[in-house]
Amino acid sequence: MADGTNDVRNLIVIGSGPAGFTAALYAARANLEPLVLKGMEAGGQLMLTTDVENYPGFADGILGPELMDQMEKQAARFGSEILPVHVTSVDLSARPFGVWAGDQEWRAHTVVVATGATARWLDVPGEQHLRGRGVSACATCDGFFFRDRELIVVGGGDSAMEEATFLTKFASKVTIVHRREEFRASKIMQERALANPKIEVAWNREIVEILGDDAVTGVRVRDTVTGDTEERSTDGVFMAIGHTPNTELFGEWLDLDPEGYVVVQEPRTRTSVEGVFAAGDVTDRVYRQAVTAAGQGCKAAMDAERFLEAEAHTKA
Amino acid sequence: MASIGAVTDAEFQDTVLESETPVLVDFWAEWCVPCHMVSPVVEEIGQEKGAALKVAKLNIDDNPDATRTYGVMSIPSLILFKSGKEVARVVGARPKDAILRDLDPHLT
Repeated sequence: MADGTNDVRNLIVIGSGPAGFTAALYAARANLEPLVLKGMEAGGQLMLTTDVENYPGFADGILGPELMDQMEKQAARFGSEILPVHVTSVDLSARPFGVWAGDQEWRAHTVVVATGATARWLDVPGEQHLRGRGVSACATCDGFFFRDRELIVVGGGDSAMEEATFLTKFASKVTIVHRREEFRASKIMQERALANPKIEVAWNREIVEILGDDAVTGVRVRDTVTGDTEERSTDGVFMAIGHTPNTELFGEWLDLDPEGYVVVQEPRTRTSVEGVFAAGDVTDRVYRQAVTAAGQGCKAAMDAERFLEAEAHTKA
Repeated sequence: MASIGAVTDAEFQDTVLESETPVLVDFWAEWCVPCHMVSPVVEEIGQEKGAALKVAKLNIDDNPDATRTYGVMSIPSLILFKSGKEVARVVGARPKDAILRDLDPHLT
């Protein structure tokens, strides 16, 4: 089964977040025996969060990793084959499509691209050098190392509010640095963050450099209104400024929009290649929620199923 | 076997710094989800490199000294030691080929 050279799958799902597992679940229940290739960041972005309070069906909230564990189990229960491999290349030039994880190869009649998105970086001097030495994009991963230290969180959306609030469990002080004078986060998240005594906000500021040799010692900040710069000391900088879609593997095969998101024919999930569908944050730049990703994953499976049925009829 | 298994603060000097063979130390913790993705990849790399590389795991919850000494502030962090010095570091969960790209220049 793992050697795909003779065995063409009905459907391969690349990615294992809510979009990927929901696509697999629906495909499995349609007897398509989907193959899910989980990827290095298996479980997707919800693995990097703690309490998920806005996924419907969980009145008391649920931990991100737990929710993903349930999704995986559910997809497996109906017959998905799920492999912990990371796709390194694809060939979508003709069907059956080729998908590789290193030397392992599979072929499939349809593919669902559900590779999600990854945290965006500022791209300022000092940032790359100090990654892992005080610069991070994952509060739940790295907050632990900053007990009683002072931290900066960059961003103005829900993620920034959440990261800042989470980090107050460890840090003595968290300063949210935002380049505008109001947040775009949901009201409830803003209120929570602003009510937290350990959280301060530096409005109209953007970070232009991260300072330090072996570890972060501070940042250089620019006032977006006056243009003045100043230095601020800090022990760590956490990015929460959005995500970029994980589409490096697909650029040569699929139409992408100017920001790299996979273009789909709304309301369907069809991409520019027949038989390839996309779902979740890899294609959705507007909503980017777990529940919208799951919804789109369902659509992708149904689109794939209908595509396969139509093909079977034309061949019959 | 190229895998030394777990290494502790007390053993760090002998096992890692004084090793004649380069040692790749995998800094991890139980609660770190991406670490669980990377550790099997590190084991694979250890096996593939055979006698040219040793791999070891250091649990940061139990071993704060090495963690602090090498400025590990994010996990997973993979640090390659050669002749007692850090020569390469890979931070965050990366696929095998990306990790090897950073390590191979240091492994003849």
